[in-house]
Amino acid sequence: MSGQQHHDVHTGADHGTLRSYIVGLVLSVILTVIPFALVMAGGLSKGVLLAVIMVLAVVQIVIQVIYFLHMNSKSEGGWNLITLWFTILIVGILVVGSLWIMHHLNHNVMIAG
Amino acid sequence: MFGKLSLDAIPYHEPIIMVTVGLIVLGGLAVVGGLTYFRKWGYLWNEWLTTVDHKKIGVMYILVAFVMLIRGFADAIMMRTQQAIASGGAEGYLPPHHYDQIFTAHGVIMIFFMAMPFMIGLMNIVVPLQIGARDVAFPFLNSVSFWFTAMSVVLINISLAVGEFAQTGWLAYPPLSGIQYSPGVGVDYWIWALQISGIGTLLTGVNFFVTILKMRAPGMSLMKMPVFTWTALCTNVLIIASFPILTVTVALLTLDRYMGMNFFTNELGGNQMMYVNLIWAWGHPEVYILVLPAFGIFAEVTATFCKKRLFGYTSLVYATIAITVLSFIVWLHHFFTMGAGANVNAFFGIATMIIAIPTGVKIFNWLFTMYQGRIEFSVPMLWTLGFLVTFTIGGMTGVMLAIPGADYVLHNSLFLIAHFHNVIIGGVVFGYLAGFSYWFPKVFGFKLNEKLGKAAFWCWCIGFFVAFMPLYALGFMGMTRRVSTYDNPDWHIPLVIAAIGAVIILCGILCQFAQLFVSIKDRKKNLDLTGDPWGGRTLEWSISSPAPFYNFAETPVVHERDAFWDMKEKGTAYKRPAKYQPIHMPRYTGAGVIIALFSLVMGFALVWHIWWMVVVGFLGMVITFIARTFNYDIDYYVPAEEVEQTENQHFKNLEKQA
Repeated sequence: MSGQQHHDVHTGADHGTLRSYIVGLVLSVILTVIPFALVMAGGLSKGVLLAVIMVLAVVQIVIQVIYFLHMNSKSEGGWNLITLWFTILIVGILVVGSLWIMHHLNHNVMIAG
Repeated sequence: MFGKLSLDAIPYHEPIIMVTVGLIVLGGLAVVGGLTYFRKWGYLWNEWLTTVDHKKIGVMYILVAFVMLIRGFADAIMMRTQQAIASGGAEGYLPPHHYDQIFTAHGVIMIFFMAMPFMIGLMNIVVPLQIGARDVAFPFLNSVSFWFTAMSVVLINISLAVGEFAQTGWLAYPPLSGIQYSPGVGVDYWIWALQISGIGTLLTGVNFFVTILKMRAPGMSLMKMPVFTWTALCTNVLIIASFPILTVTVALLTLDRYMGMNFFTNELGGNQMMYVNLIWAWGHPEVYILVLPAFGIFAEVTATFCKKRLFGYTSLVYATIAITVLSFIVWLHHFFTMGAGANVNAFFGIATMIIAIPTGVKIFNWLFTMYQGRIEFSVPMLWTLGFLVTFTIGGMTGVMLAIPGADYVLHNSLFLIAHFHNVIIGGVVFGYLAGFSYWFPKVFGFKLNEKLGKAAFWCWCIGFFVAFMPLYALGFMGMTRRVSTYDNPDWHIPLVIAAIGAVIILCGILCQFAQLFVSIKDRKKNLDLTGDPWGGRTLEWSISSPAPFYNFAETPVVHERDAFWDMKEKGTAYKRPAKYQPIHMPRYTGAGVIIALFSLVMGFALVWHIWWMVVVGFLGMVITFIARTFNYDIDYYVPAEEVEQTENQHFKNLEKQA
């Protein structure tokens, strides 16, 4: 608001290029087609199938964050990357912690029968 | 037409409530009458309700906090009185359903509507001044945040007169807070007051996070930031990371209550333990959201009044960051007894003990800053010393509670109540009151009365020990929290002592208000003409008191950690620039208060299931916001001549002092 921003030279987010958008789109399509094809083709066991879908989904999240949300170590002076890691850490703690806690509670408190 | 709302919703049969409501209405009428008689409506609207100035918003936050302190303390003293007389079969004067509302309201108000506004108010006033900025990053958003908080305060106080408040305890655990066991509107008031203020708090978190990262004066690298700004930064990180959890958890409870869903019910796969888990995943970081800024205040106060550079700045900063992360891995210690088993309890017990270490580091930072310093026993310093003693005791009982085995004995006993009041009053309240008297001159241009300030401190401090030490003992004697009557005669005497303690704290609060009154009356005698009443070290003391609305005529350049102290040492402080420049400032806007008023309408309508009014409130918010985005006249330039005039006045005052 008050003109303070002008003192920071190396701030601002990356805006990407046409090329990076196309690369991102192609990669996303490939990563979607693979699990789709695997499910349609059948043959794999349910466990393996779920694992493959999960892994490819996570990879696609990373691809989209990099190519569409322009995440890199330089945008906003590195703060975007730090906040992303912190968010992942907190979400990870919360999800893993909750699953762990609820699993124990379920195990210990469940009334037999 | 009016949903569940009818005239029966007003509790005519409760004399205590009706008298209170009557007094509030009379007080409100007196304020309205006064404003009309003195023709101050225009002033109120133009200077305060529409303001986007961070200092004025900060003042209004603290005003809300003080008003809510009175409300929350009234609840406290009613509980203490009830327990002091309801012994050995006596029923006391509060029926259980009223008593249950009071302890719920006390907790909710003290945390959400006293401590949070006080903290955010101090942050508003201090952070931009400490980093050499002219306002926060998003001044309009700041106004929206404040008015959301203020309107949720209004909503929660409406519950006193219309309907009822939750009888569930401050975190409203299901299944008690579910529709089956709480069919009334009390929990709904709780839900919507928390949701509205929660959004305000989240927006504040984003606002100050951006402000601190993007708007620091040139030269102020992160490791040259004042400690209070550091703790504010970490607090805002915690707000951004944890408040969404609260919002979602309460939203799920809302779906259970309004739409018949079963997230936290006993039937159809619902699990109330998940609620407890989630609400504490927010609740524990919340504790640190409150106390970290208090730590920052103590650091500033200690360095200033010991006339020394803060001992171990770097370790203090890293301790703060460590607490920020660790605060997310301890939440289970609030429900050891829910039965998670040894592995889980051991992990969270040890994590809890580990978080005591960085806190301990800070205690030594302050102690070694005082060591060989020239300690000046002014009011903020007294609060700091009182904090060191009180908080250390509270921290130790906290480590006791962190042992899962011990917690099985002490959980939900008065020992727990004594512990968390020990850290919240001794840490948070003492800290904010220290900050209040420390920064008061910067906002209003005169110092607070020392004598009454000291009296307030001693009453608070002694009152605290008299009121809460007996509760530790009562916890060991087996007394649980939230009981309105009891038949164990052994508990009676400690409870009477605790009630006396509450009265001593009341004296402290009265002294605090008397101090304000006397200081305003005698303001001419205590004027702060230099802008640097305490021999300060950070940038906020380099400008005049009260701070001009544009804060800094020229953006300061920072070379050292204690930037202003460094300028004074090098003789570069109080230098006039060769030429003043016009200053770019945001325009005041009424959109914030109007949006929040519609949110109040919507919240009230949701509580009472008045659906057409919900639509009105929601559309009102959206339309006001859209209209605001079409307003392009949102900023202006303060002419250089006006800046020069204001600054010349300050330099004239400085010369008079010298």
